[in-house]
Formats: sequence, C-alpha cells, structure tokens
Amino acid sequence: MRTATVRFKSQSVAKLYFIAAIGLFVGQIVFGLTLGLQYVIGDLFFPAIPFNIARMVHTNLLIVWLLMGFMGAAYYIIPEEAETELYSPFLAKLLFWVFLAAGAATILGYLLVPYATLAQMTGNDFLATMGREFLEQPLPTKVGIVVVALGLLFNITMTVLKGRKTAISLVLLMGLWGLALLFLFAFVNPSNLVRDKMYWWFVVHLWVEGVWELILGALLAFVLIKTTGVDREVIDKWLYLIIAMALVTGILGTGHHYFFIGLPGYWSWVGSVFGALEPIPFFMMTLFAFNMVQRRKREHPNQAAVLWAVGTAVMAFLGAGLWGFIHTLSPVNYYTHGSQITAAHGHLAFYGAYVLVVIAMISYAMPILRGREANPRRAQAWEMWSFWIMTIGMAVMVLSLTAAGILQVWLQRIPTQGAMPFMAVQDQLRFFYWSRVGGGVLFLLGLLVYLTSFFVGPAADEEEIPVGVRGQLQGA
Amino acid sequence: MRSFNSQMARNIFYGGTVFFVLLFVAIIFDTENRIPERSNSAEITPAVVRGKHLWETRNCIGCHTLLGEGAYFAPELGNVYQRRGPDFIKAWIKAQPTGAPGRRQMPQFNFTEAQLDDLVEFFKWTNGVNTEKWPPNIEG
Repeated sequence: MRTATVRFKSQSVAKLYFIAAIGLFVGQIVFGLTLGLQYVIGDLFFPAIPFNIARMVHTNLLIVWLLMGFMGAAYYIIPEEAETELYSPFLAKLLFWVFLAAGAATILGYLLVPYATLAQMTGNDFLATMGREFLEQPLPTKVGIVVVALGLLFNITMTVLKGRKTAISLVLLMGLWGLALLFLFAFVNPSNLVRDKMYWWFVVHLWVEGVWELILGALLAFVLIKTTGVDREVIDKWLYLIIAMALVTGILGTGHHYFFIGLPGYWSWVGSVFGALEPIPFFMMTLFAFNMVQRRKREHPNQAAVLWAVGTAVMAFLGAGLWGFIHTLSPVNYYTHGSQITAAHGHLAFYGAYVLVVIAMISYAMPILRGREANPRRAQAWEMWSFWIMTIGMAVMVLSLTAAGILQVWLQRIPTQGAMPFMAVQDQLRFFYWSRVGGGVLFLLGLLVYLTSFFVGPAADEEEIPVGVRGQLQGA
Repeated sequence: MRSFNSQMARNIFYGGTVFFVLLFVAIIFDTENRIPERSNSAEITPAVVRGKHLWETRNCIGCHTLLGEGAYFAPELGNVYQRRGPDFIKAWIKAQPTGAPGRRQMPQFNFTEAQLDDLVEFFKWTNGVNTEKWPPNIEG
C-alpha cells in the first residue's frame, strides 16, 4: 500500500462529515426495514412507533446524511480544486457539530414526543411549516439548516475566491447555493393547499431534479478526473453539457408534479414534454462515465471508487431516468400518481443518483484521509461486494414495488365500476410487500459488508506488491 | 471552425438555465393568477384553515396521500369527503385505533368535536379543487 496524505491539511474536516453520514445512513436503513415490515405487519411497534413517525425518520435521515455527504465532499474537493487551504477549518468543524446535534435532537423529538406537541413546543403556531412531506422538521431545525448552509457557503466561497477557480468548484458552488436558496421555500406555507403544494415542489423537485444534479455532476466529475487522469478540458465540457441538460429539462420538468393538484391543465403538456426529456442528462452521465474510464490514462489503485462512480451513472440513469420516464407522461401518471410505482421510482432514483455518488466520493477520499492512496485489495473486494449486494437488494425492492404498483393500478384505479378499495388492494399486494422486505434485508446486509470494508487490513502478501506502485508503472 | 470546447458548453449551460428559469417564472406567475378560481379560494373559511393546520400538526401526510402526494400506507383523502361523507369521517377518526391484530393502525388524536368539524371542512374544500378529474374513480 502506498501512503498518501491529503494535499491540504484542512481537507481532513471532511472525515467527520463522512463518518457521520455513514452512521446516519445505517439509521435510515434500519427505519426503512421497519417501514417495510409495517406494510405487512400493520400493527408492528404500534403505538410506540407509528408508521408516520418511522417514515419521517427514514426520509429525514436520508436527507440529512446526503447533505452531510455533500458537505463533506465540498470540504474535501474545494481546497484541492482551489489549491489553497480552506478559509476556516474551525467554522467547518463547528458547523458539523451544530448540524449533527440539531439533526439528532430533531430525530429524538420525532421519536419521543407526539408530533402535535413537538409542533407546539417549537413555535409552529408562530410560523407553520411542519407536517408537509419531507419538510416535517420543526421551525428551529429549519432555521438551523439555513444557518449551517450559509456558513458552509461562506466558507467554501471564500476558499474559491482566494484560489484557483475550476469548473468543478464553480458547479459545486452553484449547486450548493441553489440548494440553500431553494430551501427558503420550506418557510412558505400558504393556507391554500394548492398554492402550498406548488411552492412545496420548488424545494422538493428543484432540489432532487435540479440543483442536486449539479452537485452530483461535480462530485462524479471530480472522482473521474482523479481516478482516470483524463484531461480536465474534456471532463469540464461533459460536465457543463450534462448540467445544462439537467436544468433545461428539470426546471420545466417540475410540471410533471403539477398534473392533478389543482394547477392549470397546460401543465399536463409542459410536464409531460420536459419530464420525458429528463432522462437525457442521466443518459449522458452514463456515456460520460464509461467514456472516461475507457480513455483513462492511469490505472488508479482505488478500483472500488471507479466501480462506485460508474455504478452511480448507470443506476442514476435506471432510477431517475428510466423509472421516472415510465410514469412521467400525464395520461400514464393519471393512473399511477401516488401509487407504489412512485415509491419504486423514488427509491431507485435516490439510491442511484445520490446515495451512490456520495459513497463514490467517500470511497475515493476516505483512504487518503486515512493516510493511504487506496484501501488494501481485500478491503476493496469487500467494498465491491457491498456495491453488488446493495444494488441487487435495491433491484429486488424496486421490482417488487413496481409489480405491486402495477397490480394496485389494475385493481384500484383502472376499473370505472366496482374498483377495489385501497385497503382491500393492499391485502392483494402482500406477496410483493414481503419480497420488498427481502430486498431490504439484502440491502442491509450489503451495507454491513460496506461497513466491514473499513476494518479489513491487507493480505499477508500485499505489502510486497503494492497496488499503488503497480498502478503507477502501468500509467507511466 | 473551432472545435467545440468547454467555454461553449459553459455558455450553453448559462444561457439555457437563464432562459428556462425566466420561462418557468412566467408560467408560475400565470398559474398563480388561476389558482383562486381552480381551487375555489373564496371558500377557504377559517375552519378550512384550521383543518389544514390540524392535518399538518398530526403529520397525516406520513401515512395518507392528499391529491396523490404523501405516503402510500393509508387511503387517499383528497376525495374522502365524497367517498365517505362527513359523519363517517368523524366517526372513523374517533374510533381509532381499531386494534385489529396485524392490521395497519391509525393513532388516536383525541380531537374535540370542533376540531373534527374543522378537519371535515378542510376535506370538503379539498374535494372541490379542480384536479383535472383525478382520481380516476371514487376509490382514490
């Protein structure tokens, strides 16, 4: 194993963020499994942990750990791209503890206090923002998110300003600024439900199908530059074209959520057309990743990171692109809106696009943060196994939910007369819900394999044939 | 002709983004103007507003969908007023949880009679929103 250290000391703050991100990820999956089981054993843990509480914990943890991952990635990437130390490593560490403490307090609040009491205690009567999907956080938490985001933006913007300005750092900055600004719509909650929903999507859609894609693009480009050694000029060009397509399709693509919530009928056309175009940036991302790996100028010793990066591109295309496309046209969505099809798409899209890119980043950066260029081959083998086990687990879940969704639509939505009621249909879907639980268990197993990889040392013979040196010779 | 370089790609990004942001804002502006009519906003009484507040502070969206959005664990409630009627809705909420073994359970929220009326008013107003004929049938 060749030793390596971070080029700029302040990059090491990323380690805190990455470790916390993985910890929260484990929590997310544990609650996810609970939810999967509650679909088939309806009264499981009731009344201690009702479904809505477990779901809130599951989705909020997802958001928080991905944000942790994005922040850690930003703190790692920006100094290296700007070729200068972070403006304030102290601020980065301070904000980490603030964010972690606020996140933990919020989750404990969900679990220990009835939601109505929590709302009352935290000033929701003063400014009502709670109780809307994914934006369930109490007011102080929402304010905290804004403060932490502004602190992060100040820190990395100052770093970029005093150093080299690359395409990757600019795109990453734009993504993070967009993330922070759009979150301000979380404070907008008109009493008219239709208007409420319209602005709610400004956060939810324009995050995951807008500015987060900028962050995704920047992270993927960074990992690919580092692991393939392909020229920046080439990678920059791809990056700009991908994010251009992401926003060109994604901004008006918001319309695919505006079909049946009380907004004008013309959104059916706007949303269908631009929604149908949304797979394009993801398809380009897949081409990009394979292209760069094929044109690589070196064999990087960290092949696990390459696998995660290529995996991101492929799974993001399948989840966000393909599974999004199957129900994005308004005549199809008329039947599938709010069914298990939506759940299938949501799971695969988040896993493919955001979970995998954060892990790709962690996989690339963590060994360096731990003082070596790449993990031992045995540890990488565990990592690669975890990729396949998690991905297959996710595939089982997604195919189960898709099948459940098709059957649900068939029984509950399509018949004009004598359609089955919701709960009766749910009973018919038990087989698929059980197989979803199976996929979830497999996913957890893959995650445990991933955790194990951090503790796997080199094999007895590995010291003699260092991976890094061999890779370097091939690259020379 | 010079080959396609990253500056040109960057300009496509900036130009495309600005154009579509402006277009989006314009359409949202028009939509804003149509929301009052499509949602019968004149019928949003204080009871409807209180009902929405109850809906939010009990995190109902964590199990149910409303106009197709939310969790998929419990029935769609955008048209529940039409499907069940006001008396059934109130009786149902009061009777929770059912305690039937293995069945999905809804918490008991200990609403007052006035709060139940507010919730019903909220569901009644929501039912009147012009949703382009969604859901396809009464089962939601």
